[in-house]
Amino acid sequence: MKIRINVNGTWREDDVEPRLLLVHYLREVAGLTGTHIGCETSLCGACTVLLNGEAAKSCTMFAVQADGAEVTTIEGLGSDGNLHPLQQGFWEEHGLQCGFCTPGMIIASHQLLSRNPHPSREEIRHALEGNLCRCTGYQHIVKAIEWAVEHTGK
Amino acid sequence: MATKLLGERIKRKEDPRLIQGRGHYVDDFKLDGILYMAFARSPYGHARITSIQTEAARNAHGVLAVLTGDDLKGKLGPVPCLAGMEGLKVPDHPCLAMERVRYVGEPVAAVVATDRYLAADAAAQVEVEYDMLPAVTNMDKALEKGSPLVHESFGDNIAFVARTEGGDWKTVEADPSVKVIKQRLINQRVGPMAMETRGVIASYSPGEDTLTVWSSTQIPHLLKTQLSLMVKVDEPRCRVIAPEVGGAFGSKLNVYAEEGVACLASKLLGKPVKWIEGRRENLAGTIHGRDQIDDLEVYFQPDGKVVGVKCRILADMGAYFQLLTPGIPTSTALMILGCYDIKCVSVETIGVFTNKIATDAYRGAGRPEATYIIERALDMVAHELNLDPVDVRLKNFAPPGKDLILATGVSYDTANYQRTLKKVLKLSGYSKLRKEQQRLRKKGKLLGIGLSTYVEICAMGPSSRMPAGGWESGTVRVEVTGKVTVLTGASPHGQGEQTSFAQIVAQELSVPFDDVTVFHGDTAQVPLGVGTYGSRGTAVGGPAVYYAAQKVRKKMARIAAHKLGAKPADLVFDDGKIRLKDGSKSVTFKEVAEEAYMARELPPGMEPGLSELYVFEPPNFTYPFGAHVAVTEIDPGTGEVCLRNYFAVDDCGRILNPLLVDGQVHGGIAQGAGQALVEGIVYDENGQLVTGSLMDYAVPKADLFPWFETANTETRTPVNPLGVKGVGEAGTIGSTPAIVNAVVDALSPLGVRHIDMPLKPEKIWNILKQAAAPGGQAS
Repeated sequence: MKIRINVNGTWREDDVEPRLLLVHYLREVAGLTGTHIGCETSLCGACTVLLNGEAAKSCTMFAVQADGAEVTTIEGLGSDGNLHPLQQGFWEEHGLQCGFCTPGMIIASHQLLSRNPHPSREEIRHALEGNLCRCTGYQHIVKAIEWAVEHTGK
Repeated sequence: MATKLLGERIKRKEDPRLIQGRGHYVDDFKLDGILYMAFARSPYGHARITSIQTEAARNAHGVLAVLTGDDLKGKLGPVPCLAGMEGLKVPDHPCLAMERVRYVGEPVAAVVATDRYLAADAAAQVEVEYDMLPAVTNMDKALEKGSPLVHESFGDNIAFVARTEGGDWKTVEADPSVKVIKQRLINQRVGPMAMETRGVIASYSPGEDTLTVWSSTQIPHLLKTQLSLMVKVDEPRCRVIAPEVGGAFGSKLNVYAEEGVACLASKLLGKPVKWIEGRRENLAGTIHGRDQIDDLEVYFQPDGKVVGVKCRILADMGAYFQLLTPGIPTSTALMILGCYDIKCVSVETIGVFTNKIATDAYRGAGRPEATYIIERALDMVAHELNLDPVDVRLKNFAPPGKDLILATGVSYDTANYQRTLKKVLKLSGYSKLRKEQQRLRKKGKLLGIGLSTYVEICAMGPSSRMPAGGWESGTVRVEVTGKVTVLTGASPHGQGEQTSFAQIVAQELSVPFDDVTVFHGDTAQVPLGVGTYGSRGTAVGGPAVYYAAQKVRKKMARIAAHKLGAKPADLVFDDGKIRLKDGSKSVTFKEVAEEAYMARELPPGMEPGLSELYVFEPPNFTYPFGAHVAVTEIDPGTGEVCLRNYFAVDDCGRILNPLLVDGQVHGGIAQGAGQALVEGIVYDENGQLVTGSLMDYAVPKADLFPWFETANTETRTPVNPLGVKGVGEAGTIGSTPAIVNAVVDALSPLGVRHIDMPLKPEKIWNILKQAAAPGGQAS
């Protein structure tokens, strides 16, 4: 099937199998391996991307379902020398260890801050319930998001 | 002098690539002509294979090969186990099942296809006929006469029996004032659950007869040796690369069947073969941790002094051994006395085969079980004598200092248990908490305060005590340009040694931190190594890098001295310069580096170049310790446990980077809390895995935890020149008993002395319901 997807600001046209998962499309067709796969059941959140600005788990939707949509992956968030405040926050506050959950965590946090620019700690923890991290115990992730809140727009 | 780096809170060098999605984990590599592998696995806990039909799979679209156990004969060796002990029964462990399957998820056939979807389709078309056999999943039942046998040829389900004895038991048993508490403690099976599942790419080049393997592993060098033996490619022609590894927690300290099969498939097909584990495969087919039944007897005097510990440890091995399976529970026996001066010990450890995936090293690996036993024991003594758990600990602590040898024969390095306890009591406001508890109890509210004062055995370890070498290598190479390359045989996977090792070397050579680059994980680049596990990365790998830097420094001082007409001893390294102490003459670090390679004015007889390897052999383990306090509230309506506060004071020796230490401690506490509160792998009596997906297995989420309040004391170890002890497992070891002690403390007015983990609401709710019944008392 032919699909047209805007990935990180650029429209692409590809011919894909109907059963190709969006996450495999992003990783293997578009070559963006920053989006990870940690389960196959939408539970771990490693595959979280922004789909038309909303956080979505790309491991349980087909690429064809994203036809016509705008997708933002971790690679589309910031760049060297111009990191997104969330990326900078994760670096400043040691919000990652192995880094595998990190792209999904950052994308999920992005959605949180777009809806609630000044979340409480409880609200941050609640917003991260769909994303698992086995390394950090989450506290440094909470601090990373707080860092981003403090430094956004500065 | 250059900026001080050791001990500073320095951001990680690893992070810029990882926060931008630019790191490369195994599944991120794509090779020309790459093929994908999928497995058909046993759906039964125990069954005889009566036939395997592979024709449909072979004829499926895109399929290049289907392998079964018969295809491996003479071509692929078994899954290795390196742990040995007297009388150990070692089962055959072929990479694909032959004749029988012994656990759910055991690989039976492998399918290789041009695409991962096609490989999965074809794996589903492998038709295996099974004749179901009775399974055994309960260790008590496995030891009964007439139990189904996991391995018939062994005659029973006992893998080994080991004993640890010490002290004068006759005196203890003859003392009429000595009381005893007996309690069974179940340390449930849990899943390591690294967020990146396992994965491997094997690429065999027929022309060169070389094998290159990308694997999500903690032990690239060990894996290289073992795969070379299994797949019969000479070791010099094997290379293993551990790229970014997405967490491991012990589960990737192993050599797995799938890695062997991928290598063989690549060898047979002459093309690269990739296998990426699914999460359900991970729950069924990656090692589990813990799984002990500990029958404890604690002997104590009326004043709370503990005089002896007896324990029978039943340790569930699973059906086969993985790399270290039978060795894990031996650490439980070794550390069962904790940080207490207890004169008598008697432990019998029985390894039991069951129809489950093997257990093996999971963060702490035998020591969390030991700490759980002794920390629960101390609390039971306190409860029995109506004493404060703090006082019972103070009465039993080993004295501060070093060279303490326990009844178990273990010799601890340096410690001050009193100091960490005192600090955590202050940090937590312990006496205020106790007063609050009294107030709330009068109102019928259930607040619990739990303590754990642990000691662990780390920095694994002296080679004489390790199954596969306990040393680590470090290489420091000053390049012609003056930039510094560091190679470490430790293979970190999130711990951050690209940062902390750069701190060590930059400080030692007095060069900018940004000029130092640390590499690890590629056996073609790092000449030799052991890996990262057992809290050894910094405590064994760090000294290797430190000594290698010293060797380089000495050579550079000789070159500089020759240039300056001075003695090496009169020179100092200072911020990119090597100068005379009085500052009268100097050369730059870069000039000396260049001279080492141009080799025009080297001291007579000196070899050109500036690259030094050091292999550090630790003279002893290290023994980090700490004191944790957990505060829990129980919802009387639902039985739900809320972890309200958590305080931790850890002593991991000298701290090189507090940011990294905090990260390790937090993550460890979370994992230990997970076991205490929500995690548990469950098999039913037929060997069926009930917790086979993340729908059924609870991994702690962000909202389970309070704000962790952490602090440290620093008692340096004399075992290595950096004074570091290791911190990778501390949190996991300390937190589980602290939380269980808190919940039992909350329920103690109802007569509760012990509850087995995980402390899920239904369990607590039933206790509350029982206690509320007329005349009720929970047991």
